[in-house]
Amino acid sequence: MESFGSAALRLLAERLPAALRATHAQHGDATALIDPELVLEVLGLLRDAPELSFEMLTDLTCVDYQGEEPRFEVVYHLYSVAKNHRVRVKARVGGDAPELPSAVALYASANWMEREVWDLYGVRFRGHPDLRRILLYDGFEGHPLRKDYPKERRQPLVGPRN
Amino acid sequence: MADLAARRTEPLEDDFERDLHTEHQILNMGPSHPATHGTVKFLIELDGETIVDLDIQVGYLHRGFEKECEAGSWYQAIPYTDRLNYNSAILANVGFCLAVEKLLDLETPERCQWLRVMAGELSRLGDHLTRCGAACLELQAMTPFLYGIEARELTWDLMEVLCGARVTSNYVRIGGVKHEMPATFPALCRSSVAKIRGLLHDFDEIVTSNRIFVDRLKGTGVISREECLRYAVTGPILRSAGVGLDVRKDEPYLVYDQVDFDVPIGEVGDNYDRYLVCTEEMLQSLRIVEQCLARLEKLGPGPVNSFDPRVRWPAKGRVFNHMEELIQQFKSVTEGPRVPAGEAYTAIESANGELGFYLVSDGSAVPVKVRCRPPSFINLAPMPGMLRGAMLADLIPTFDFINMVGGECDR
Repeated sequence: MESFGSAALRLLAERLPAALRATHAQHGDATALIDPELVLEVLGLLRDAPELSFEMLTDLTCVDYQGEEPRFEVVYHLYSVAKNHRVRVKARVGGDAPELPSAVALYASANWMEREVWDLYGVRFRGHPDLRRILLYDGFEGHPLRKDYPKERRQPLVGPRN
Repeated sequence: MADLAARRTEPLEDDFERDLHTEHQILNMGPSHPATHGTVKFLIELDGETIVDLDIQVGYLHRGFEKECEAGSWYQAIPYTDRLNYNSAILANVGFCLAVEKLLDLETPERCQWLRVMAGELSRLGDHLTRCGAACLELQAMTPFLYGIEARELTWDLMEVLCGARVTSNYVRIGGVKHEMPATFPALCRSSVAKIRGLLHDFDEIVTSNRIFVDRLKGTGVISREECLRYAVTGPILRSAGVGLDVRKDEPYLVYDQVDFDVPIGEVGDNYDRYLVCTEEMLQSLRIVEQCLARLEKLGPGPVNSFDPRVRWPAKGRVFNHMEELIQQFKSVTEGPRVPAGEAYTAIESANGELGFYLVSDGSAVPVKVRCRPPSFINLAPMPGMLRGAMLADLIPTFDFINMVGGECDR
């Protein structure tokens, strides 16, 4: 477990030092906090470097740290089938209209997961081919997984979309 | 005589058009459709009976899983994980508890780990039985469905003996399991395993080489190895496409490194391969259950819960007689465990693929983030690509073997 983390993080520090903000390996999970504008460069490097070959974007989600700025942390979990190792990449975005580049061109799995993050957190992905709501419906107001969305709030259900 | 030859009907030409091209039409299928098990809506663009394009609309069972988990204590999230996948509640319980234990740096007793593996494999068996049985039902074959459901009933009966509930088991706890298995369980489990083997044999006899079944499944819903990786597809779908990825083997958790089992791998990546992978995995699960029973009997009586005071209640005798334990009990009940600040991701192999939990804690008794990486949701995304250019009827078996479970997909 130790070896994978250091390999991925070392390569990032060597090739893209400008993108790297911080790293840690808490509980054995290698993690890199990166510049949100350089997400595609970092993911591209992790995917294409033959010694890493992270072919899969296993998971993409977001965490709302209300009260901090930048407020949202978009979290990517990558896995390599060939090498059997994992890495976590995180990017902080904030402001009134949080936005970062879409990873759909690199990983097809990002398509639905980015739609989910947009739907539930209201973080936009620039260059996404089809950024619609996915779990909720058009006309739903707000983004319910934000910490300032009250859990008890009710909204009318609408019929099926056509 | 010449008249007879003129009256003879010539056979239809072989190359008559399979596709009758028509003006493109949009067909709404779902959200509740008798030929799909799962609440999902397809918007299908059709040319005759050929699928030109497909839009999948999910979310009908969205109930705010993550929002609810982030409002209660760490323990209160476990019953919600039961409701993710109604077929294999234990696997989701285990996934969540392993992630919390990773944050706590907590080691569970060996006996607990074997119990978790055994209960988890029984769940996986139930899940695969539903998938294969329901697929037969939706392809108009009632009998094999009943065989599958009879076998699933046996696994659910075992669940009832083990933890008191058939479906939403809520058996796993942070740092352990609810209780030891009853003394009658091993004998009952052995006889059920033998019965399930018999039913699987019957199922195999009636289905695997059935002409209609094979024709509907072979060569339909094909997905390549590369597409699987691009879409992060895992589980039986990925294995049917020829990638032997199984979290139980590649990153062994619990005691899977001490269990002897094989990972079946397909070649073509069509629905038939998926069916074969699932049937073989069921036999492997039965093997694992038997090994777990043998090991549990060999281990003899022992603790099934961690004694770590952060997650366990103190012994009742001390609570009634000592102030510190009384306070600890009070805090445990009213507040629940406090989990050290940090983040952790754990993955387990659920029946549908990699089930991950990404948790963030700020050191309090309420989680900041509970993310479930749902294999059903992620495996469903490549479905339009698997069906473009296929016949409308191919949608049914393809959707069956993707095995989208609404509760887990929509959360």
